[in-house]
Amino acid sequence: MSHLAVAAEPRTSTGLHSRKLAFWAFLGSECLFFGSLISTYLVYKGKSLVGPYPGHILNIPFTSVSTFVLLMSSLTMVLALAGIQRGRMGQFRVWIAATALLGMTFLTGQVIEFSSFVREGLTLQGNLFGATFFVLTGFHGAHVSAGVVWLWSLFAASFGGRVKPENALDVEIAGLYWHFVDVVWIAIFTLVYLIQ
Amino acid sequence: MSTAPQPAAAEPRERALEHPHPNAAKYLTVATVLAALTAIEVWVYYVRAMRPMLAPVLLVLSACKFSLVALFYMHLKFDNRLFSALFAVPLAIAAAVLLALMALNGAFAHFVGR
Repeated sequence: MSHLAVAAEPRTSTGLHSRKLAFWAFLGSECLFFGSLISTYLVYKGKSLVGPYPGHILNIPFTSVSTFVLLMSSLTMVLALAGIQRGRMGQFRVWIAATALLGMTFLTGQVIEFSSFVREGLTLQGNLFGATFFVLTGFHGAHVSAGVVWLWSLFAASFGGRVKPENALDVEIAGLYWHFVDVVWIAIFTLVYLIQ
Repeated sequence: MSTAPQPAAAEPRERALEHPHPNAAKYLTVATVLAALTAIEVWVYYVRAMRPMLAPVLLVLSACKFSLVALFYMHLKFDNRLFSALFAVPLAIAAAVLLALMALNGAFAHFVGR
């Protein structure tokens, strides 16, 4: 964190930024939220009475590419943060737009995947696998969507002078959120897709 | 907790609490390792000989990826430990709840493919 850039940010008695501290507490609550969804998926795993079943429907090569896209979006996010912390607004805009575009690519993949599953008979109401799978991955997708909107907002605000090196903390907090949805996907990819 | 702006007083303390973040080269190295670990995960999934130990191997690889993102991209390795605690404690609770629910519902047998 650039110390000069955030000198005017409010701090708690710990000396840490209050907003950053609050956001980490929020991410802690999100761990519990996704923990409950993943638990539900795993508890009901293999208990569907009718198909389609995971082994018949999940497309590992396709999801592997989506996973790679989301992982790379975390790289572009930290490069955007490094750009604004060093006062390089051009670099910040390029990388934040790249992050948002990679997020949109991931979401497009999810829409394609969901559409294909529905065509093959997997729905929210069809069986336990469909219900738990769509709720878990759907909530993750909703988080990614919110993140994409947040990233484009920062990109747009940078042109109006509302996002500048002095308030790089705004970008750092958006980055923390983005990386969080990435780590949640790392868990989902392994537990839902690879360990069937 | 006081939340009033205290730039002059907090600055030296901030320096002691948070270390500089990595440079672009380090971020790129982490991304390369993450991509490699993902490739290994997919490879392990398709190798028939790995089937008996598929779940443990994938869980270890996934934990490595999770840790790399949290430590380097979320800066937990460099930031104040209070941030790590705010993240790690709920994560541990979530993991404990997950394991307890799986044990109560007999889900482990299916999880390891028995």
